[in-house]
Amino acid sequence: MSDQTTLGQGPLSKTTLYILLSLGSILMLLPFLWMIISSFMTNHELLSINPRVFWPSTFQWNNYYRAMQVAPFGRYFFNSFVVAILGTIGELITTILAAYAFSRMKFWGRDILFAILLATMMVPNEILIIPNFITIANLGWVDRFEALIVPWLASVFSIFLLRQFFLGIPIQLSYAAKVDGCSDFKFLWYVMVPLAKPALITITLLTTISSWNAFLWPLIVTNITEMRTVPVGLAMFRGEAGSQYDLLMAATVLAVLPMFVLYLIMQKYIVAAASRSGLKG
Amino acid sequence: MKETTPLANKESFTSKFSKKLRNAIFVDGATLKSTAKAYLYLLPALIIIVVFSIYPIFRSLQLAFYTDFNFFTREGFETGTDNFTYVLNSQTFHLSLRNTITFVIGVVPLTIIISLMIALAIHSVAKGTAFFRSIYFLPHITSTIAIATVFQWIFHTQSGILNYILSWFGIDPIAWLGHPDWAMPALIIMSVWSNLGFGTVLLLAGLQTIDKGLYLAAKVDGAGKWHRFTTVTLPMLSPTIFFLSITSVIGSFRIFGQIFALFRGPGTANSALTVVYFIYQQFWEVRNIPRASAAALVLFAIIFAITLVQMAVGKKLVHYK
Repeated sequence: MSDQTTLGQGPLSKTTLYILLSLGSILMLLPFLWMIISSFMTNHELLSINPRVFWPSTFQWNNYYRAMQVAPFGRYFFNSFVVAILGTIGELITTILAAYAFSRMKFWGRDILFAILLATMMVPNEILIIPNFITIANLGWVDRFEALIVPWLASVFSIFLLRQFFLGIPIQLSYAAKVDGCSDFKFLWYVMVPLAKPALITITLLTTISSWNAFLWPLIVTNITEMRTVPVGLAMFRGEAGSQYDLLMAATVLAVLPMFVLYLIMQKYIVAAASRSGLKG
Repeated sequence: MKETTPLANKESFTSKFSKKLRNAIFVDGATLKSTAKAYLYLLPALIIIVVFSIYPIFRSLQLAFYTDFNFFTREGFETGTDNFTYVLNSQTFHLSLRNTITFVIGVVPLTIIISLMIALAIHSVAKGTAFFRSIYFLPHITSTIAIATVFQWIFHTQSGILNYILSWFGIDPIAWLGHPDWAMPALIIMSVWSNLGFGTVLLLAGLQTIDKGLYLAAKVDGAGKWHRFTTVTLPMLSPTIFFLSITSVIGSFRIFGQIFALFRGPGTANSALTVVYFIYQQFWEVRNIPRASAAALVLFAIIFAITLVQMAVGKKLVHYK
């Protein structure tokens, strides 16, 4: 009955659609599966032509160890984790403070300042990267964590998102808190922040994922191997490992694993969060 | 009377404007104390945004006009428009622009059409929505570098799995990454695959908000399935499709990392050289910062112009409730 009012029962039957969607899912998962299987095979098996081999004769766990010997992936992971964690915490702090000011405080220049901030969202990253590199070089931050973290400690998009959420919290709460003699900061920390949990989860996930996957900026501000993040290390690995696809695939599995785990746990939140923004840059 | 009217209008216009400006700056109820306090809260975010998002806009305008610039001391001397002349006349830049436009024209419509088909299918089957959605979305959260690394292996001429599958249909091995003619198709295949999920999720959300009564009404009026699709579904989805087309055009114009990882360079005979890759080359390999800045500004102008055109077209086609 409900089908008659929805789109359902289009030109194709439900069974056909299920089959097509499942085939599509296989197509979406195949590159990932092939990546994982390849990471357990020997390079000899991978390059075999006749007969073509699609399954490891024995699982080469050793590939992971060897990949980490060729390039310091442990160090890359450490760098990426430090950048993602500190960057996200820092951005949350600047965002909470700024969003509170824009949504609950009265000050001169508020509306015009907010408009200017929104306008900066239109400028593409590529324009900012060159002058920012010069700023970082002048500060002596090339090949330092500061270069990877500090420029991303504030995001207009996050401030905008949280401000909108804060505006939806009843203003009566803040009047009541003022009557009770609660300071702005205490009110923000004990009332607003817990109430804004959904928006803060969105911001945390978006920031963590885009920080983990960032490429162009880390590529430019790191010259020495020890300061590379995972994507930069992976992009450079091809040159270091040559055509050892077994090692290359093992390294790629390592690189995507943290975000896969995060996705597995927070799948629902991530899909909702990402659909609110472009995410990828 | 007749002579005073325009003057009065003008006065009211300026006073209206100044009133608006005053309202934008002096927010009602704000005092010196409350202003000082608010800026204390804003300070951390403002420092970062001013230094790394606002100042560089002006700085890049300045950089682009230096004709004599030392990369290592980062000092500029002479100024002029030479960099823009160079970029606009450069054969390499033209090639990079052609490649980028080919890429955008290949990726954007394909992504939107396939995403729409997937979203319609997921929406129709009703059960398993979350399951399918999370599978199609997976590439979106994966690093583009990791995706490109996997595809580099999939596209391998002798041992790649894609050529192996194609061999079932009697197709000879294709040098996806080695032959100039196949560089763009390879890049487009990979990008459509990885962009599908985002489009699907957005369109699915759009489909779920369509009022079911509209379908019922259309059915009562005797509209067939296809007719209902074109008169109800498409118009109701048009804002989402419009948003998707704007964001994916902008995103596709900025492609860089995937090429870097897939081809380990700009491709055979610069067949995968895009505008951002050109900027990267000028900046990092040629070490010509002013020229790279000029190219970045040209890219921004192109993206901006295209977005304006899309907005104008969208105004006519998009149906808002």
